[in-house]
Amino acid sequence: MKNHTFFWFILPSLVTMMLFIAMPIGSVFIQSLHIEHGAVLTEVKNCGPFGCKMEVQVDVEATSELKKAKPLGKFNGFGTYNNRNHLAVVELSQAWNDSTNWGTYFRKIYNLPFYRALAFTLTYTFVVTPLVLMLGFCIALGVNSLPKNIKGPTIFVSLLPMIVTPLIGSLILFWMIDAEGILGASLQWLLEDPNLSLKASPNLTWVMLIVYGVWHSAPFAFIIFYAGLQTVPADTIEAAMIDGASRWERTRYVVVPHLVPLIVFITLIQLMDNFRVFEPIVSFSAQANATSLSWIIFNDLAGGEGSFFGSAGATSVLTILGVAVLLIPVLFRTWRDFKGKVV
Amino acid sequence: MFLNKITLAGAFMALGTTAMAGCGISSGNVKILSNDFPAIQSVTAAASTCAGGGVTVEANLTKDHKDIMVAALTANPAQYTSVIASNSTLVTLMNDGLVRSLDALVAKHGDGLNPSQMITVDGKIMAVAFGANAQHLFSRSDILKKAGVNSIPETYEDVLAAAKAIKSAGLMDYPVALNTAAGWNLGEEFVNMYMGTGADFFKPGTAEVAVNNDHGVATLNMLKSLVAYSNPDYLTYDSNATQAEWEAGNLALATMWGTRGGAVLDDEGSTKAVSSNTVLTGAPTWGNNARPASTLWWDGIAISANISDEDAEATFIAMMKGISSDVIQANNSDTVWLGAGYMPSAASAGVSATAAAGAAPYPMLPFMGTLHGALGAEISDFLQGSESAEQALADVEAAYTAAATEKGFLN
Repeated sequence: MKNHTFFWFILPSLVTMMLFIAMPIGSVFIQSLHIEHGAVLTEVKNCGPFGCKMEVQVDVEATSELKKAKPLGKFNGFGTYNNRNHLAVVELSQAWNDSTNWGTYFRKIYNLPFYRALAFTLTYTFVVTPLVLMLGFCIALGVNSLPKNIKGPTIFVSLLPMIVTPLIGSLILFWMIDAEGILGASLQWLLEDPNLSLKASPNLTWVMLIVYGVWHSAPFAFIIFYAGLQTVPADTIEAAMIDGASRWERTRYVVVPHLVPLIVFITLIQLMDNFRVFEPIVSFSAQANATSLSWIIFNDLAGGEGSFFGSAGATSVLTILGVAVLLIPVLFRTWRDFKGKVV
Repeated sequence: MFLNKITLAGAFMALGTTAMAGCGISSGNVKILSNDFPAIQSVTAAASTCAGGGVTVEANLTKDHKDIMVAALTANPAQYTSVIASNSTLVTLMNDGLVRSLDALVAKHGDGLNPSQMITVDGKIMAVAFGANAQHLFSRSDILKKAGVNSIPETYEDVLAAAKAIKSAGLMDYPVALNTAAGWNLGEEFVNMYMGTGADFFKPGTAEVAVNNDHGVATLNMLKSLVAYSNPDYLTYDSNATQAEWEAGNLALATMWGTRGGAVLDDEGSTKAVSSNTVLTGAPTWGNNARPASTLWWDGIAISANISDEDAEATFIAMMKGISSDVIQANNSDTVWLGAGYMPSAASAGVSATAAAGAAPYPMLPFMGTLHGALGAEISDFLQGSESAEQALADVEAAYTAAATEKGFLN
């Protein structure tokens, strides 16, 4: 394709990407560099059904003039990024100075909200992604060897976890794992521990969220692998069989190499998706024991009264950077393969 | 209860024709944004009877009203002409100048309102309150009696002793519940308990937080002693969960919202044994202090700033209809009504007792919501035993300071 033709060919998608991806990210970044104007505070007398009291209030008139002059707020540079609720630069170095060993240092870091969320987000991403790949592949192999008449219903049932809305799916599980729910009560009975609560302990909460993540995402990997399995060349398999390869050897040396591009694709998508884990934390009310970067953004915007747009913007930009860092190895590999093919 | 609602709705429809004349509005748009609970449903239903002729009345009742109110009222013209606000949401709206002063409207159309219903800020009426709410103690008299506790606890020390008696008598493993779901609910429990010490949340006249002290430590320790008698899942307990646990008969002592009283005492969702033995009393005190460990909340009517005066007047008149004494008498048990015509009932005994004992209102400070958020996020580590009370309070202080700086309250 000529350069000129190519340009006109991709122009529409370039324009939409600029409008709907690049510009919003740019505006989020600009917002993250600003904080609200210093509020002009005055002390006034407030009265209500329960009596009167002198209380501090915002002087709306004085503050609104500031707002009108500079609607974005006060420029703060990377102040929001570096403060205690985000990268906590000062607190990190202080923790380093106060700590005598790595244990206390990590405990102090884990006490900071951003790093606590990052710890769960990364654990979730790196545990769920490989498990989803493996489980999805196993289900695909299993379904592929089923007799034709029960294949359709099995595929449908296997896809259910993905079809169910994440919020609803996790809420139903949340009720089931309650100490009085079917799963929670069964576990108590199995382990003979009447006080076992999946919601109370931080470790069990993490396990529960990870199990949910695998349950929810495995069908995605399954359906892609299943499609890939239909394209495995039958004559190569037959040749392997004639050579006396066992089922395991055929899978290991014929099927898996054939599916490598799909493995890369699923890894890419799953890394991005899992790094943005959010719904299960809300539905499982898990915020006391597990938070994620996306959950922090949500909490800044809708957690209490009033929104923290600067904070939410800063965490969003950091999340984008995190996704970029995660994807670099995978993208690098794809690029290398691509180059290899061209040359 | 469901039948009640149908009869009520029917009554309102029947009233509709006569009420239209009674409202006395010829034109204007009324759009109400509010939380969703029975008292508000009654108010908005009655306000809706003013619709007709040139008047439209719409209401959006949603639990998520807090998330949309600022954006909806910042628009000019505002998307809602009225917000049913409370102590905390009115401050959020006033911080951005989104609600108007009601002095002229009250003077013109506010006959029959009690002076105590006016929420005045710096001498200007900013809202008209119609209902009061507070968290207070719910007790099961039969369980207490079985455990050998003969009087309803009046202090949290008594609550702990009673819980211990219930547990050692083998009646219940987890007799106590508070609304301790991590986040806003847990923050509210700290605020309530800290209120009981009589100390201030901020250094007077400033936005500098002042909870990192002995009162704060004592407050955290009291909360920890209480949750030791709570179900291990307590960090997921919001007010729906505690009400369900109560109605299932799993609790003997709980601190819950006054607005749950009606639902707990009615004969739905629970057994006779539970509902007939449930006693509602004022919020307990603790640590030899006189002030109940609770905060008083009001629900009231605020009118948007960014709307025409005509719509503002129509809205005010319709809302006055919504909180008139007819409505109060027809829905007496919905809440503790502040207007004329209210008769105290068993369901509201706890809130009334809490207010009478001198509980303080939830502070109407611009930065209180920011502190509330920091509390809800940072104190769960202490309750779970993974850090000290001092560390938890230092975390609260640091989280609040960073957030309040971003909000412009601190420099």
